[in-house]
Amino acid sequence: MSLELNEANFDSEVLQSTVPVLVDFWAPWCGSCRSMAPMVDTFAAEVDPGQLKVSKCNADENSALAARFNILAIPAFIIFKQGQEVARFSGSFSPEEFKEKVMSHLKV
Amino acid sequence: MPYKVIIIGSGPAGWTAAIYAGRAELAPLVFEGKEPGGQLMSTTAVENFPGFPEGIQGPDLMDQMRKQAQRFGTEILSQTVEQVDFSTRPFKVTSQGRVYEADAVIISTGASARRLGLESEQKFYGRGVSACATCDGFFFKNKKVAVVGGGDAAMEEAMFLTRFATQVVLVHRRENFRASKIMQDRVAANPKISIIRNAEVLEIFGQDATRVTGIRLKNTLTGEVSELETEGVFVAIGHSPNTKLFENILDLNEQGYIKTKPGTTQTSVPGVLAAGDVQDSVYRQAITAAGSGCMAAIEAERMLREV
Repeated sequence: MSLELNEANFDSEVLQSTVPVLVDFWAPWCGSCRSMAPMVDTFAAEVDPGQLKVSKCNADENSALAARFNILAIPAFIIFKQGQEVARFSGSFSPEEFKEKVMSHLKV
Repeated sequence: MPYKVIIIGSGPAGWTAAIYAGRAELAPLVFEGKEPGGQLMSTTAVENFPGFPEGIQGPDLMDQMRKQAQRFGTEILSQTVEQVDFSTRPFKVTSQGRVYEADAVIISTGASARRLGLESEQKFYGRGVSACATCDGFFFKNKKVAVVGGGDAAMEEAMFLTRFATQVVLVHRRENFRASKIMQDRVAANPKISIIRNAEVLEIFGQDATRVTGIRLKNTLTGEVSELETEGVFVAIGHSPNTKLFENILDLNEQGYIKTKPGTTQTSVPGVLAAGDVQDSVYRQAITAAGSGCMAAIEAERMLREV
């Protein structure tokens, strides 16, 4: 299970995290988000928690966070390292493409 | 042991083919592909699929079709097919480097939203440029947005976006719309929507690479270039069939759709069938896709029985 983010825990869980964090911005009315969700969950279960924290943020319930990070399309995946956004991609991906995209930003 | 039937694609055509093939005890294998559920995943209420008098959400309908296919013994892989070889039997389908064999293949890869093909469109994709109003409209609350296109889909997106945006500008490169009369009338009656005709999008521009601020338009009659201020650009210029995988393998028509023998789902290779939008440029409805998926499964079953 990936960690659920909201306005109360976002800063401590993401920005102050010592390990890189992947945030999946999604919403219940977004079909592509729903079809990507099981894949993200599988990925979360496989990944080493010491290497990456996988989390999700409901953009509908947390619209202030969506606005703060200038989310204009979902699903949006943002990788944070040391509190800084290092990568962002949105849209639908196959599991292998997704893994590759995420992992490529974890190196170094 | 080869599979009896492999189905490539998971829209209404693919799942219906799987339901029928599953009930015929063919234990089909479905490759869900890059956009599981297909085009209905980016719609809201589907009001014309029989059996749902109150309408049903597109993603919910697809969830239910998937479950129904699973109930009858469909094997599902959330993977994309990278290569096919239909030159000998059993047919070969490659995904993630592994080869899967089948006596019959049903292609239901559907169609995907067409893009403008501009470099700037790619640059701002997901940062103000969108192909899905139902997914992304929410983020344009109290903003001005543009919709590019002239068909029913463009009209629907424009109408939907008025829920969030302060103003919606519909940009169409011709004088006349392809959209149905009823949709055109609804758009014309909506005070939040304005229309620019005979305008081609030359470029999308913005602040650094994070936010769209406007589009550059060229009047197709006078050649005059103008700029339109907008924070969102929704592209709804139709769909093109997902047939790249089958070029030079199956006969395609000029628009790239798979050719099928009239009244059947048979392609130019016996044993390879095509259903849904990948072979239909005319109707393109969930129900017609489902209908042809059913046809493909029945044809596959009859063919396998004869072998």
